Amino acid sequence: MGWQLVRGWTLLVYLFMFLPVAVVVLLSFNASQFGNFPMTGFSFRWFVELAGNDAILRAFRTSVILGALTAVISTTLGVLASLALVRYNVAGRNLISTFLIAPILVPEVVLAVALLLFLNALSINKSFLLLLMGHVIFTLPFVILVVQARLVGIRRDYEEAAISLGANPVQAFFQITLPLLAPAVFAGMLFAFTISFDDITGTLFWKPGGVETVPTQIFAMLRNSISPEINALGTVMILLTVGLPLLGMAVARRMAMQRGK
Amino acid sequence: MGIEARQARQPWILLSPALTAVTLLLFVPLAFIVVYSFWLRTATGADQAGFYLDNWREALGDAFYRDILLSTLRIAAITTVVCALVGYPAAYFIARSRGNKAILLLLLMLPFWISYIIRTMSWINILGVSGALNWLLQTIGFVDEPVQMLYNETTVILGLVHFLLPFMILNVYVALEGIDVSLEDAACSLGSTRWQAFREVTLPLSLPGLAAGGLLCFVLSAGTYITPLVLGGPRDAMFANLVFEAVITQLNWPLGSALSLMLLAILGSLVLIYNHFLGMGQLMKGLG
Repeated sequence: MGWQLVRGWTLLVYLFMFLPVAVVVLLSFNASQFGNFPMTGFSFRWFVELAGNDAILRAFRTSVILGALTAVISTTLGVLASLALVRYNVAGRNLISTFLIAPILVPEVVLAVALLLFLNALSINKSFLLLLMGHVIFTLPFVILVVQARLVGIRRDYEEAAISLGANPVQAFFQITLPLLAPAVFAGMLFAFTISFDDITGTLFWKPGGVETVPTQIFAMLRNSISPEINALGTVMILLTVGLPLLGMAVARRMAMQRGK
Repeated sequence: MGIEARQARQPWILLSPALTAVTLLLFVPLAFIVVYSFWLRTATGADQAGFYLDNWREALGDAFYRDILLSTLRIAAITTVVCALVGYPAAYFIARSRGNKAILLLLLMLPFWISYIIRTMSWINILGVSGALNWLLQTIGFVDEPVQMLYNETTVILGLVHFLLPFMILNVYVALEGIDVSLEDAACSLGSTRWQAFREVTLPLSLPGLAAGGLLCFVLSAGTYITPLVLGGPRDAMFANLVFEAVITQLNWPLGSALSLMLLAILGSLVLIYNHFLGMGQLMKGLG
């Protein structure tokens, strides 16, 4: 009896989490000009309009470039640091971990203000560079957490075996360690990309005038009112940010299975 | 150089890029705004370096800032309690369910991948004047005219709960997952009821997870900037909105520095208290 109650409650919680998002997707196919209830029919017209909207396409390009650069830089820093933390007995490891996690313990607004004002004092104004540095610093902790979790499972013996069989350390790294690391690197990049792609608070502080990312573009469009076009853009975003990680997980699983053979 | 010295240096070489980045892009900027908060923005718009307490006096003394700070903390506290009450049973169900645990967990991860702004604005489709709920109420004849349900403090809290609930559930789930189920069975076989066993065995053991989820919910909602702008009315500004106003709109950077540091001091001390009693381990488990 009690268990049924908990089950029913959980169902309601999941509905609460997903129903509003499902409505966004549903309404993006609404034929009506005003895009809300009652729906008047099924149509792809808002997606067609999206594809012709220059501001949105520009925002999309900015977000993708920013996310990709963030992913590469953040994952490089994160993988190196995680290797040190997992594979060596570093003095003060806990302190170092906390230090590297600090960017997510500081409220994003505070991080945004501090970075903006400091770099401004160094004559680095609001720019794409500032945006990139900001995105790197707050994705780094997530990358380190994810990559460390993956690294723990990779044993060092393989590398040592290769070296004892005559490989030099560089060969051992590129031929043994790196392929084993690939899933961790991949997971880190995907994570950094998604977080950067979704960020809005820091981005609003750092972005130069006239530059928009997809979230800040949606935010600017919301100033007028919600429109079917925003819902369509939301649907595209959901497809991307949910689809990419799912695809990533599938690829990672496949890579792991091939290694198992 | 001996092989041992080289071994000892290697991790530091690997760590140095990340450590440098965090130092230069977080800690030095934080130190910088501490200094900056004592400078003065003059009427001409130039900064006067020095040691002035004016910004701090304004940030700490002005009733306008104090009221908004208090209402921000109140909203964060309500959000945290609601997340705990709503999320705990769901986390318990996931931890104890057998067949569909994997799918429930996967679904729980999905909201993290859906943009915050989209999840926030989705409520406009539900509660707005031409939203789903109004349409439903009119269809069944409950109301004649659409009712404005949006743009108040309740909808801000609703949006925050919607955003933060997965964090809470995940943290509680991680804690519950670490508790041996047979402990509850043992309590029952010793004569306690299911409910007693839960209350006296499982609940206390899961408190670290509840605390980790609570900390995340509180800190993230107290620092929120977007939710009050999308789902709140003109009077529902929260503290981060003030910081944005000072820094971006008024360009009063010294004052903005003082306001940011105030927020950091309050939320940072919560993190330190948490760390003192429970350590960062639990929090990292939930985030990882």
